[in-house]
Amino acid sequence: MNTIAPSAVADIHVIKPGMLTTVQDLGRWGLQARGVPVAGPMDPWSHRLANALVGNDRAAAALEITLVGPELEFDDERLAAVAGAEFEMAVDDRPAPWNTAFLVPAGSRLRFRMRERGVRAYLAVAGGIAVPPVLGSRATHVVSGLGGLEGRPLKVGDRLPLADESSVQRPAPAVDRPVVPFPAGHAKVRVLPGPQGDYFAPDALDVLQSEPYVIAQNSDRMGFRLSGPALAHSRGADILSDATPLGVLQVPASGQPILLMADRPTAGGYPKIATVITADLALAGQLGPGDAIGFSVCTPRDAMAALIAQERFVMAVESWNQS
Amino acid sequence: MTPLYRVVSAGDSAIVVEFEARIDPVVNARAIAIADAVQAAGVPGVRDVVPTYRSVAIYFDPLRTDLNALNGAIEQAAATADQTMPAARPPIRIPVCYGGEFGPDLPAVASYAGCSEDAVIQAHASAIYRVFMLGFVPGFAYLGIVDERIAMPRHAVPRVRVPARSVAIAGAQTGIYPGDTPGGWQLIGRTPVSPFDPDRPEPFLMKAGDAVQFYAIDRDEYDRSISRG
Repeated sequence: MNTIAPSAVADIHVIKPGMLTTVQDLGRWGLQARGVPVAGPMDPWSHRLANALVGNDRAAAALEITLVGPELEFDDERLAAVAGAEFEMAVDDRPAPWNTAFLVPAGSRLRFRMRERGVRAYLAVAGGIAVPPVLGSRATHVVSGLGGLEGRPLKVGDRLPLADESSVQRPAPAVDRPVVPFPAGHAKVRVLPGPQGDYFAPDALDVLQSEPYVIAQNSDRMGFRLSGPALAHSRGADILSDATPLGVLQVPASGQPILLMADRPTAGGYPKIATVITADLALAGQLGPGDAIGFSVCTPRDAMAALIAQERFVMAVESWNQS
Repeated sequence: MTPLYRVVSAGDSAIVVEFEARIDPVVNARAIAIADAVQAAGVPGVRDVVPTYRSVAIYFDPLRTDLNALNGAIEQAAATADQTMPAARPPIRIPVCYGGEFGPDLPAVASYAGCSEDAVIQAHASAIYRVFMLGFVPGFAYLGIVDERIAMPRHAVPRVRVPARSVAIAGAQTGIYPGDTPGGWQLIGRTPVSPFDPDRPEPFLMKAGDAVQFYAIDRDEYDRSISRG
């Protein structure tokens, strides 16, 4: 049984759910002290861009689509936009553009076909997905069954409630490029050392940067299990559990790092050698099992410069909403 | 004595205040006091403040946070947060139906301790535990310190599914599984009280720094509690 939020005025009907499609907003922040994971989009930048393209607030809930996209029937006419991974898409039989808002007429079907680049696409619909917030957020955390539609990925026959469009602002025009150039099966991301570099052998940071790691098949929204050059500890691989930030590389006894992603638990008991910078989460979030990921250490100044450049790009799109 | 600490960055959007790596109520109380003080400082851009056994992670939006203000708030919190253990709160009392089908590992813990099952129950229920931190899954509280006689280590191979509300021991730690999850702790009983329910007005039973005491109930009382909801 699906719960319909009181504000819902129309539904999206799920004809095909895709491989792993979840409702995500900016995440369930503020409750990690109670053990509640944040969740939210794997590529937060593309999620934000999709919302800006249709004129939504950046906190609106959108769909995160993984590798194989869904087929969705719209009850009423809505503006929609897809950012992130590039798919061939159609509304009924007419091609639909990527990184550009398009209208889906009442009763029409939006179909995702071939995936061309990237792993995760974000579908924003004007008004946003109106599933009831749980603990202040609509983000789906599958492992704990919180948020989204009954805490799980979409399935055939689901009805996704849409909010009314009263808060929607002016949509933005087409954007001719993604937030960052997309990886084709491999990417290099920048990291800042720490927080626990002193738990590793002196050369471990060099080893981390020496060659790319392969993302293992059992990787998911919680984390990417990496295989590549082993990172040696200097005083054991067990620490007293402490907090686990987004993008941190924790290293268990095997020396093979795990890159913690959106659905990571709030705490973990392995030392953490380095952390992916916020700007490069857009790249990391577009990788999947079998892809290669390389790491290079940068300075806090580099991290801030990259962040400001990306922020400018997305804010330029968002500024159309207010104009 | 004031526990020593260091402040380190975790990437460009988190700062961690770290104390000595040990399970110690004094260190933990200090971490929680600093977390509360940083939270209360209300620096714009801060997203989450997370105390653990011996650290505090402060998550922030790097483009909307004045780092000088945040570092100042952390220093201020470290300098002024209560240097002594806060006065003990009255313990949260949690009923447990020990043993039988709810506590399949109780016989093993008794043999580990070289005492009767009743003596294990007595030892587990007589202590007042501290909530050192929450983690693992929503609402899961790490409680300690368990009487060393019954502090049996976790299973080498975890169970695939531990029933919700199981009460368990792992070394010096004890806790309640909020939902059905995999888990390696020694199961000694079950409580009718849910540690986490997002639909409750207060979703969480415990928070870091709370005191907790378990008490034994029989199966009839357990069943009555469950049917009352």
